[in-house]
Amino acid sequence: MTTGDLSTLLVWGAATALTIALIAYSVDLARITEQSQRRALRAVVEAPGAVQEARAAQATRAQADVAAAQVPTQVAATVGAGVGTAGGAASAPAGRPTGAGGPAGGGAAPVVGSRSAGAAGDLEEPIRSARAEGIARTTTYLSVVLLLAGIVLRGVAAGRWPTANMYEFTIVGTFVALVVLALVQRRRVLAFVGVLVTGIGVLALVLALNAFFVQADAVQPALQSYWLVIHVGVAISATGVFTVAFAAAVVQVLQDGREQGRSRLERPWTRADGLRRALLGWRVTGPRFAWLRTMPSARELEALSFRLNAVAFVLWTLTLIGGAIWAEDAWGRYWGWDPKEVGTFVAWVVYAAYLHARTTRGWSGRRAAYFVYVGYAVVLANFTLVNLVVSGKHSYSGL
Amino acid sequence: MATRPAGYRPEGLDDAFTDPAVPDGAEPGAGRPAAQLPSLGLVGWLRWAWRQLTSMRVALLLLMLLAVAAVPGTIFPQRAQDPDRVATYLSEHAALGPWLDRLGFFGVYSSVWFSAIYLLLFVSLVGCILPRARAHLGALGGRPPKAPRRFTRFPAQGSGTSALSAQEVVERAAAVLRRRRWFVPGYRVDVRDEGHGTWSVAAERGYLRETGNLVFHLALVGLLVSIATGQMLHYRGQAIIVQGEGFANAVVDYDTFENGAAFRPESLEPFTLRLDGFDARFDPDTLQSRDFTAHVTLTEPGAEPQARTIKVNRPLIVDGAKVYLQGNGYAPQITVHDGSGALAFSGPVPFLPQDEVYTSRGVVKVPDVSGGQEQIGIVGYLLPSAVEVADGIWRSVDPQPNDPVLVLSVWSGNLGLDTGVPQNVYQLDESRLEQEVGADGLPVTLYVRPGETVDLPDGLGTVTFDGLPRFVALDLRYDPALPFVLVFALLAFAGLATSLFTPRRRVWLRATPAGGAPGRAGRDRGASPVGDAPGGGAPPDAVGVVSEVGRTVVTAAALARGDDVGLQPELDRVLVATLGRSAAGTGSHAGAAAADPGTAADAGLGVVAAEIAAPGQSSPQQHSTQTPGGGRHDDR
Repeated sequence: MTTGDLSTLLVWGAATALTIALIAYSVDLARITEQSQRRALRAVVEAPGAVQEARAAQATRAQADVAAAQVPTQVAATVGAGVGTAGGAASAPAGRPTGAGGPAGGGAAPVVGSRSAGAAGDLEEPIRSARAEGIARTTTYLSVVLLLAGIVLRGVAAGRWPTANMYEFTIVGTFVALVVLALVQRRRVLAFVGVLVTGIGVLALVLALNAFFVQADAVQPALQSYWLVIHVGVAISATGVFTVAFAAAVVQVLQDGREQGRSRLERPWTRADGLRRALLGWRVTGPRFAWLRTMPSARELEALSFRLNAVAFVLWTLTLIGGAIWAEDAWGRYWGWDPKEVGTFVAWVVYAAYLHARTTRGWSGRRAAYFVYVGYAVVLANFTLVNLVVSGKHSYSGL
Repeated sequence: MATRPAGYRPEGLDDAFTDPAVPDGAEPGAGRPAAQLPSLGLVGWLRWAWRQLTSMRVALLLLMLLAVAAVPGTIFPQRAQDPDRVATYLSEHAALGPWLDRLGFFGVYSSVWFSAIYLLLFVSLVGCILPRARAHLGALGGRPPKAPRRFTRFPAQGSGTSALSAQEVVERAAAVLRRRRWFVPGYRVDVRDEGHGTWSVAAERGYLRETGNLVFHLALVGLLVSIATGQMLHYRGQAIIVQGEGFANAVVDYDTFENGAAFRPESLEPFTLRLDGFDARFDPDTLQSRDFTAHVTLTEPGAEPQARTIKVNRPLIVDGAKVYLQGNGYAPQITVHDGSGALAFSGPVPFLPQDEVYTSRGVVKVPDVSGGQEQIGIVGYLLPSAVEVADGIWRSVDPQPNDPVLVLSVWSGNLGLDTGVPQNVYQLDESRLEQEVGADGLPVTLYVRPGETVDLPDGLGTVTFDGLPRFVALDLRYDPALPFVLVFALLAFAGLATSLFTPRRRVWLRATPAGGAPGRAGRDRGASPVGDAPGGGAPPDAVGVVSEVGRTVVTAAALARGDDVGLQPELDRVLVATLGRSAAGTGSHAGAAAADPGTAADAGLGVVAAEIAAPGQSSPQQHSTQTPGGGRHDDR
């Protein structure tokens, strides 16, 4: 078996481990969803008015700009304490859920009561599956290690840094995205983000192995430069970070919809109302999305998405600059509006618009997340369409 | 306009520091005047239009428009990159093509509408940045705003107690805030005596963020100016040099030459280049190119000839210009004798490679025939490693010249070189020529190997394949604005990184002698709190710790411009560093207070001990986990 074959085998191993991680995250998410739904329905049964108050309390929690406690039992307690003490920004640390909720009493008794019951029930039925999360975390780490080994061996087999064709771009990009995911989740697992990123990762790896694969080989003279590592490596890293930021933005918009209580599916449509009724079960404010209660607030997710996007945007700027310097050396001009250069430029402009939107009144929060969607779509199109469909100087896909 | 908050703020900017929704006592313009609707004259309308152009919303719109407008350049072929494809497109789409051409879709990036968008964007940028730069320069000399009276509405709060006096606590806090940590500059700090024994500290940091922001935007303007200057002053020429031949750096010697408007031909230094040899290496299995090296001799005026090499990623630098290796191929040496035996043509003819195995196509035009015979035109292919795959069908299997064969067809007649209309060297104008046809009615095909001589049909003469030198295609390019473009690009990058990762924060801290609410009259350090407490009872002070002699109550708050998940940890760090360093025994008071949730919940000011839960992601500079004493963090 040659080194190249061993590298491919390791990448297959990483894809397998990642699939297991994906399944584990999905199981965790399913469990969270199920528990949240059950709890939401129980709250309705025990205290009919409590659903409204629960939602109001959730809105209060969001607006108070206070950190959501790490464990859902604390979420329940904080909400109870918040509603009970008509105070401002109090949040109770761990360990005293029912204690803080109990003495609060007063007019919010039904809510507190159901919350206490829920809290007591929490101690028996954890809202998330610790075992699934453990498996997901371990297999993610495993796939990162396997993928790293595969990438290193690929570089050894080719005699150069493994960043010269679509196959290598994809596996290195997936590696970066998984590392960022592992970092973001090192203290607390966000099941939905995990599902999204590992899902994209599995898709990318398998696509790379099946459709983009080429033998490990030396490169043509135009690519024999240290810029191959700098420019391409930075571009791939930026793509990986953009992926995780995109996942965070998706959850942010879902969470924001639930917090604001807005959903297009709730009020009747002027046309195609039958379609609306058929999809009504999927409204973000309904029980199907009750698991969003276990996620950080929309504001925190937006902050996470912004931080990741800021890092990736700086890397992307470096990609543009490095690419221009390399093009000046290799092609005799630093900018020629070649399709890939245009694609990179368009993605840069869209993310610049995102950064502007965040500080523009009326465009921050949810609307800024839409810019992230568009930007990520451009990044993906730049990576696939421009390499495979459009032809230009930049078509080093190897295919 | 006079009532606008101090400092320039573009229309539509969302800014926590100057937003009147957050009570920030020292900011002027905290309230807005009632809306007035004056009647606008012309100047008023112009001013409104300018304000709209430099607003955030319009900037957003222009950015998205720029992104959308750049896309057609990848969908339609562009003249600047591939004029052949444009011509093909026009011929294939007879109705749509000319309209696209008129609207500029074949030259998107130099079109009127694309230029309008980015020029408007830059005008908006400049119109917004210059006033902001002025305001920032003014703010750089300013002091942090005073500590507001109430801390209850700030996103980050903290409190604790200390055995030191209020003044000492505040001075410790000032020292902590001023101190640099690693690369992070300290705060700008003001200490105030608020009277009645209460002291406060106001601190602000992050001026670098706005500086970085301004540097980034201004560097973009500089970038645009450098690029435009380079466009005017640059020149670029292409030349094909055959092995053994030379080339002189003059406009006339180039095959194609283009330059900016401000270029002067006499500025070209007259150096000469001669191609001595060319090495090409290919992968034996995939036949992909692996290495191209051109060995040249460079003679600059007044200097000795030097041997140099040019490779694909390593241009030759001469006279401030760069010479790039852009292409290579074969230029078979061909000799043609006419029907009377006289020499009609001799020399290398570059054959242009058509594919990866260097199947090369070329044209030989022989106008100088004697004896009144027809002029000869020869068109054909050179196959470097020729293999006959079927009867009469030849193909090259390797780019290296293992078995070169010339496969030629012959034309005779009038080459059209005397019409006064310039012709493409690589194409035969067949309008006045006739192809030579053999006895079987098929066009005559000649196969010539190196060293062989083959007769041309119809007594036209003979053609000899003498040898197979190579040629290189060189690109010479000069752009004086290059270093400026690089400098501005790097400046923009540095400004961007600074503006995104420098937190802009304000921190306030107030120390009040214990035994009463802040600001209560008559407190001094040594007084016994029991007798002074209102109603005779001994109510707990703000943190629920029973007052003792000499205790100082410390409260703190912080505000960030924009989302800042490291704000609370930063405040906690400052509090711990301030209080933890006070007299022993009170070191963990901040921690102790936090560990008691009951009192925390009772307090109007909470001790917010949990980390901000942006999962795992903290500010790049402040890491939130340094705390003394174990009692602060939640168990999970």
